[in-house]
Amino acid sequence: MSETTQVQPNYNYKVVRQFTVMTVIWGVVGMSLGLLIATQLFAPALNFDIPYLTYSRLRPLHTNAVIFAFGGCALFACSYYIVQRTSQVRLFSDKLAAFTFWGWQAVIVSAVITLPLGLTSSKEYAELEWPIDILITLVWVAYIINFFGTLVIRKTSHIYVANWFLGAFMLTVAVLHIGNSMVIPVSFTKSYSLYAGAVDAMMQWWYGHNAVGFFLTAGFLGMMYYFVPKQAGRPVYSYRLSIVHFWALISLYIWAGPHHLHYTALPDWTQSLGMVMSIILFVPSWGGMINGIMTLSGAWHKLRTDPILRFLIVSLSFYGMSTFEGPMMAIKTVNALSHYTDWTIGHVHSGALGWVAMVTIGSVYHLVPILFGQPKMYSTSLINVHFWLATIGVVLYIVAMWMSGVLQGLMWRAVNADGTLTYSFVESLEASKPFYILRAIGGAFVVVGMLIMAYNCYKTIRAPKTVAVSDATVATA
Amino acid sequence: MNQAIIGSIFTVIVFIAFIGVLYWAFSSRNKARFDEDANLVFDDEEKKIIKNKQES
Repeated sequence: MSETTQVQPNYNYKVVRQFTVMTVIWGVVGMSLGLLIATQLFAPALNFDIPYLTYSRLRPLHTNAVIFAFGGCALFACSYYIVQRTSQVRLFSDKLAAFTFWGWQAVIVSAVITLPLGLTSSKEYAELEWPIDILITLVWVAYIINFFGTLVIRKTSHIYVANWFLGAFMLTVAVLHIGNSMVIPVSFTKSYSLYAGAVDAMMQWWYGHNAVGFFLTAGFLGMMYYFVPKQAGRPVYSYRLSIVHFWALISLYIWAGPHHLHYTALPDWTQSLGMVMSIILFVPSWGGMINGIMTLSGAWHKLRTDPILRFLIVSLSFYGMSTFEGPMMAIKTVNALSHYTDWTIGHVHSGALGWVAMVTIGSVYHLVPILFGQPKMYSTSLINVHFWLATIGVVLYIVAMWMSGVLQGLMWRAVNADGTLTYSFVESLEASKPFYILRAIGGAFVVVGMLIMAYNCYKTIRAPKTVAVSDATVATA
Repeated sequence: MNQAIIGSIFTVIVFIAFIGVLYWAFSSRNKARFDEDANLVFDDEEKKIIKNKQES
């Protein structure tokens, strides 16, 4: 695509810059934490007998850091960027934008403090205690007002499809967060869920799976629908398919939660409903993946020379893989083997490291030069190195977890002729040990890649400005 | 009206709504509009419509 320079509307790039830089920083922090706890699984001494560094306390910190700090900052940065550029208007409110930035960082810092202290509501991906939950709600409402306010004052006739996905992500996450975080506080740092028993479990996984469906999927699909066409220099393969993709995805995802509770106290019909809906979900997921990848049709050669585009397209391949694997694992008979094993961890990371992280990394490499007035990143070959580190790391990780998971599932269900269990739990742990080491090696690849990215971004940001960029004047695209 | 009937009605409504979405997305009346919308990504840099057909 030719480089064009002309006067653009007076965009608020400051908040985008802030969130982009924090995306990289929290990415390094969150993934390093993941590497530490992965290592603890085969070398437990690495918790140094310090309670704050034990697996049980760092694991929720790792998930919160990668999902809500790394992924969250990426979503804030990209949604603020996309909504301005596709509406051709400055953000609705700079003050609200600044509030969302500092508020969100305060939420993350509170998590970094409270989770190692053992303060937790013990709900997965919703561990933060109620005062922090209230702060999240305030930030989120400001975010929604700012995003939709910008759409209201847009200069374009229609709302670009990326904004549909981003808007659906924001509204649904608000409903999920408020619904699942309803608690009765007993002190400033302790509360109990408003729900009990199977209802509590259902609420939790309605929240939990839609955190995946809307936070980690719809939001990042919004990024995909902007950055893939932009980086490829051609419009999305089929805008009409993207419309069907949107409505099908958002109306189906909300039903899939019960597949986290197969063979539990949840009513059987609810489990079956969750299973069926999860299987149907395969269709819009692949529709979206195909739409993204086919955007390159007629321009496949760009993959050879552009590692940023490669990040974006490979992220879609991992999205396709994990959205095939997910419906399959939601089938009750498959779930009987896979549930509670490392297979689940492998599936999550093929989605999180393969899809979410890679589409984010591609978007950040696209954004940083534009935001900081450079023609391109400091080093394209370092992007290429990062690409291979990330890809090899993810593949090592998920292959290790597949093997470990299937092994665990088979060992746990093996029974002797008299009905007793063939293997003790600790025997399955010993069998998993080599795969835990392999997983940590894969994780190390990913972390090294992130460090290279941080260095590359630092050099790009600190380089002398060659392209005039400011909130008020001109920018290149 | 019991829960099963409400569930059935809801299912039919959602089905019809989805058919409506398909019709809206693929009706030839809206083709030009959606081709234009697909180019919103490039609209704040250069004013030209790029069509994603198989040619490069």
